[in-house]
Amino acid sequence: MAKTLNILLMDPPYESSNTATSLRLIEATLKKGNNVTVFAYEGATALSFRHQKGHPNPVKKTSLEEEKHPLTKDFVSALFEVAKKKDVEFKWVNCGLCVDERGVGDWVEGPVRGGPPQFVEAVQKSDKTLIVATTR
Amino acid sequence: MSKYLFIESRDPFESKDTIQLYGLIKELSHQGHNVALYLVQNGAFSSRKNAKVQLFPELLKEQNIKVYVDDYSLEERGISKDEIHQSLVVSNVDQLSDLVLEEGRKPVWH
Repeated sequence: MAKTLNILLMDPPYESSNTATSLRLIEATLKKGNNVTVFAYEGATALSFRHQKGHPNPVKKTSLEEEKHPLTKDFVSALFEVAKKKDVEFKWVNCGLCVDERGVGDWVEGPVRGGPPQFVEAVQKSDKTLIVATTR
Repeated sequence: MSKYLFIESRDPFESKDTIQLYGLIKELSHQGHNVALYLVQNGAFSSRKNAKVQLFPELLKEQNIKVYVDDYSLEERGISKDEIHQSLVVSNVDQLSDLVLEEGRKPVWH
């Protein structure tokens, strides 16, 4: 029977390995046929920001194409695709106040705006909640 | 008795918090609780036999504690399976997902 994981992220893109591990965990959980709700707070609200851009690397002299710079917005979109293929529920909620502070309100398709009341509701409805707080 | 899952992402030489967490885990074990410790990211550095990490070897002797180490984190850091403590379970995010969702187990990220 499908379970539901509720996970709270706080780190901004390119700041901490916590983000990569969390996204790997979310993907694995979805692929196992479980539902996942992500709450992105503080800097993590920028993970799904639509206007992220890759770049060449002048030090290594690699082009934009060669560099294949990973963008977290693409990872977020890929998770929605995984959920669709597995026919499981995947929600990505960005904290509205955190979004406004950072001006990162233009997202890829999928995430919605929310806040602490939605988080409390998700905690009550989920099987487990995992808080991935910023390290410092 | 309770079941816990601690996901340790920090290098024991970077933060004393890690050693304090090991102390908490040992205490929980002595109180009869079941504890899973999953080493990930720089937390994987504790897995090396040659690393002199305070308290960590003691955890490996405890009956109520099972210690996992993330295969991807080992690979990223160039740590081979020959270098790590034998009693560690080399694991992956699939198993981590199962542990997080295991009924009654309380997951804590550190």
